[in-house]
Amino acid sequence: MIEVRNIIKSFDGKQILHDISATFYDGKVNQIIGPSGSGKTVLMKCVIGLHRAEKGEILYDGRDILSMQKNEVKRLRREVGMLFQGAALFDSQTVIENVLFPLEMFSAMTKIEREERAKFCLERVNLYEDKHKLYPSEISGGMQKRVAIARAIALNPKYLFCDEPNSGLDPVTSLVIDKLIKEITQEYNITTIVNTHDMNSIMESGDHILLIREGHKAWEGSRNEIFNSDNQSLQEFVFASDLFKTIKMNSFNKNL
Amino acid sequence: MLMGRTFTRPENRKMVWKQVPVEMVKLGTDSIILVAIISIFMGVIMTMQVVLNTENPLLPRYTTGLMLRDTYLLEFSSTIMCLLLAGKVGSNIASELGSMRVSEQIDALEIMGINSANYLIFPKIMGLVLFMPVLVTLCTGLGLLGGMGVAKFTSLITVDNFVYGLQYAFIPFYFTYSVVKAVFFGFIIASVSSYYGYFASGGAIAVGKASTNAVVKSSILMLLMDIVLTDIMLT
Ligand SMILES: Nc1ncnc2c1ncn2[C@@H]1O[C@H](COP(=O)(O)OP(=O)(O)O)[C@@H](O)[C@H]1O
Ligand SMILES: [Mg+2]
Repeated sequence: MIEVRNIIKSFDGKQILHDISATFYDGKVNQIIGPSGSGKTVLMKCVIGLHRAEKGEILYDGRDILSMQKNEVKRLRREVGMLFQGAALFDSQTVIENVLFPLEMFSAMTKIEREERAKFCLERVNLYEDKHKLYPSEISGGMQKRVAIARAIALNPKYLFCDEPNSGLDPVTSLVIDKLIKEITQEYNITTIVNTHDMNSIMESGDHILLIREGHKAWEGSRNEIFNSDNQSLQEFVFASDLFKTIKMNSFNKNL
Repeated sequence: MLMGRTFTRPENRKMVWKQVPVEMVKLGTDSIILVAIISIFMGVIMTMQVVLNTENPLLPRYTTGLMLRDTYLLEFSSTIMCLLLAGKVGSNIASELGSMRVSEQIDALEIMGINSANYLIFPKIMGLVLFMPVLVTLCTGLGLLGGMGVAKFTSLITVDNFVYGLQYAFIPFYFTYSVVKAVFFGFIIASVSSYYGYFASGGAIAVGKASTNAVVKSSILMLLMDIVLTDIMLT
């Protein structure tokens, strides 16, 4: 579980995050949603510590990352996996080398164990031997995301962060990635945090949802609560898409 | 700041040192052809120029070999070669690190708890610096060979005259001087270019800007360093 308490972040005097508090649960896909530019990525990077929040507390199962020493942060990082918006695979390394990388850096495993673990992780995201020797530039965007997931879970993380896992993917591939993230989260009881502005993904895989608007927290709740909430910002965000207007109308008609 | 982070104790020493030969190949051996071509051609051209333009009864013919040798040892094999390398290697380093920055690969390293500056920059600096003596030797050797070629295949100067010039009043320390200079310059190229690449921010344009900055700033810094080192070592 990760608890965020009253965090504030500004860049060059311009405040981006305004007093945000939220809770992200184990074994659940916790989503941070909101329009582009609302501060989702900044919030996520603050939680991981890539940006330093000016105020507040960020508790990883009770451990506050903001009051940790550098070495403690480093140790915590080994419990963290992250899937970046553009996959961020190392382009000088092959698919399997990318997954092996964190293992070689940090694990005490033997060479053979490492290779088995890497293969296992790649199989978990449905990538088999024939793709192992390819370079990131030789595979599709969806495959790159899958390799990135495999790399992120290589060291059995307790916390998984995904920044817009669907950006740049077609709807079918998006669905595959969303499902994968959800399955892995449940299987290994990971605290997963996903940034997204994609309504499909919210309906498909969101368990616990945090809505950010212009750097302010606008709403927090479960997926089922979305349609029953009368929160103004939430309504505006969700029903900006025509599809959901129809759904809402249908359920409204049914209720009549 | 960045240098501090670059030269600290790595998370996994073996993994970082494993990158050194990789970078040495990428930055060093891949520059051999460029250095070779330019050294030979400049050796040929300078020999011809000196022979053709110093018709003076007071200057003995062997001056040509002597001039070529000293030009190569004192400036060409270090300063001029490194200015060329700044263009090739500097922009290569800056654009590689810059694109790693903008595509979040550096963030990915940080997330894994790896000191990205140490992992990425240290091997580049070591790789280039360690390879510098080889490039200097190669550059000087091929330059003189070019001059020798002129002596052998044209009637401008005789081989005997040329070789006599090469050996006349030879100061071995010049070679040390040139290697030391090149090692410093290699350090400047790798570190300055890494700095601009590592801190690139924005999109593809930022990467381009980083590599231009890397070349310009490391060239200027090298020329300043040249004055300082010459002052320290030769006076
Ligand atoms: N490193 C930075 N320096 C300055 N401003 C930034 C930086 N990163 C993000 N911002 C600003 O913060 C705001 C939120 O950005 P971001 O979190 O990327 O939005 P999104 O919700 O689309 O992920 C934007 O206005 C952006 O310009
Ligand atoms: Mg974003």
